[in-house]
Amino acid sequence: MSDEAVRMTTNGASRSFSPAPLDRSRGLGDFVPAPDEDVLVCRCEEVTKGDIRRAVHDGMYTMTEVRRYLRVGMGLCQGQSCTKLVRRIMAAELGVSPAALDAETSRAPMRPVEMRVLGNEEAAGGADAR
Amino acid sequence: MTDTRTEGVEALGSTADVIVVGAGVIGCATAYNLALRGRSVVVLERDESIGNGGSSRNGGGVRQSGRDARELPLAMYAVEHLWPSLSEELGADVEYVKRGNLRLGKTEHHLEVLRGLAKTGREHGLDMRMLSTDEVRELNPFLSDEVIGASWCPTDGHANPLRTTLAFYRRARELGVRFVTGVDVLGVRTVRGRARQVVTSAGVFEGDEVVLAAGLGTRRLAASVGIDVPMRGLLIEALVTEAEPRMFPQMLGTADADFYGHQTEHGSFVFGGDSGLEESNGYAGGVPTASITAPAICRSIMKYVPRLADAKIVRTWAGWEDECADGVPVISTVDEVPGLTLACAFTGHGFGISPIVGRLVAELCCGEKTTLDVTAFRYDRFRAWA
Repeated sequence: MSDEAVRMTTNGASRSFSPAPLDRSRGLGDFVPAPDEDVLVCRCEEVTKGDIRRAVHDGMYTMTEVRRYLRVGMGLCQGQSCTKLVRRIMAAELGVSPAALDAETSRAPMRPVEMRVLGNEEAAGGADAR
Repeated sequence: MTDTRTEGVEALGSTADVIVVGAGVIGCATAYNLALRGRSVVVLERDESIGNGGSSRNGGGVRQSGRDARELPLAMYAVEHLWPSLSEELGADVEYVKRGNLRLGKTEHHLEVLRGLAKTGREHGLDMRMLSTDEVRELNPFLSDEVIGASWCPTDGHANPLRTTLAFYRRARELGVRFVTGVDVLGVRTVRGRARQVVTSAGVFEGDEVVLAAGLGTRRLAASVGIDVPMRGLLIEALVTEAEPRMFPQMLGTADADFYGHQTEHGSFVFGGDSGLEESNGYAGGVPTASITAPAICRSIMKYVPRLADAKIVRTWAGWEDECADGVPVISTVDEVPGLTLACAFTGHGFGISPIVGRLVAELCCGEKTTLDVTAFRYDRFRAWA
């Protein structure tokens, strides 16, 4: 873990864009099971393609909601492996372009860091040593 | 009405029995309870996502201990009557665990603070007592030798706030509630003296009743009909570890309030805390985490639970509290503006009481006798000191 990475603790999520109004009562049609439902998409949290498609039909319309609903992308890799796949699956289910979905949230730290390391800044000589 | 801002945008405005502003856990729980009463409901949310404010950013405490005496009856009612069956009721696992809250002390002064909290709790019928050093160790063998005592409330617990918020949303939606997200609510307008129209960037929504459950945003909206709720934003932070082996089921807090947290069903630990610079941290807007906060929380945790020093932090985040001038929420109809109901200023402890608050707000809206007395939460209780 580099000092640089440890220092990256600002998630900078100031959202200045204005999302388009979305009426969530519009129907998506019935959920139609597909032959590849069991394909694992998020390996860390063991979430399948079918889980994600069903979540959309449960009303989860954004990347953020699906993440919180299923824990997809919340495991050790923090979505680095699966985010693009999740985005494609959701966009297909919603009938929108993948780019139209909300940006995935990146949160510090960049890689998992032990508490003893993250909490060690003062022992290294106080605030100036950061 | 034509709003120039909505030109070129599909006008979504419509009418319903009740318009709820805010799709956080309070707004969603309110909508669910209104739908149960057969009301048609539209929920308007500024954010693109449901529950993207404090509802998804809090520590998940379902705590009665340490609450203000005015708020305690709500927490006790929710714990006794609503939380235990909430997963079943909503058809989704909200991960509610009722295994107690330990509030830890390291000094005699801490124990004094804890004795005071326990006394207040007991005076209001809450099962809460002090534990000796040995008793604390027996309940939780992972605590450091620095811990010399604790207060103990066996009926406290925790739940998953992300899943709970989305479960209220999903069930409300299944019951026919219409949710519109990504819509800027500009203000409330009265018609013949009653709150009736909610003016938005996507048209005007009309209801017989209007509920404002928009966290801090409620202040601006209530001001559009001349009502002020004294609250301010406080940016606080939290972190989560990777999944750890099962260690202890209790919710932890400290007399010093330097951190709080618990191990989730998933195995990860969620902890909240602060750096002492929260007053200014949110000044630039947004929901930024400060580089010095998570390390400060880590140092606090390690002093109480040394075993966690090797646990890896995978995420940190921040969220806004709508901190009320007197520390308890506003849950109230408004005399001057019939048809308006306020549910805001939860001051960072709204999640644990959200199931009962949703019901109370629905009852207020429908003119029913409320399950619990809500006069302590009136909007007009604030007095100048002279």
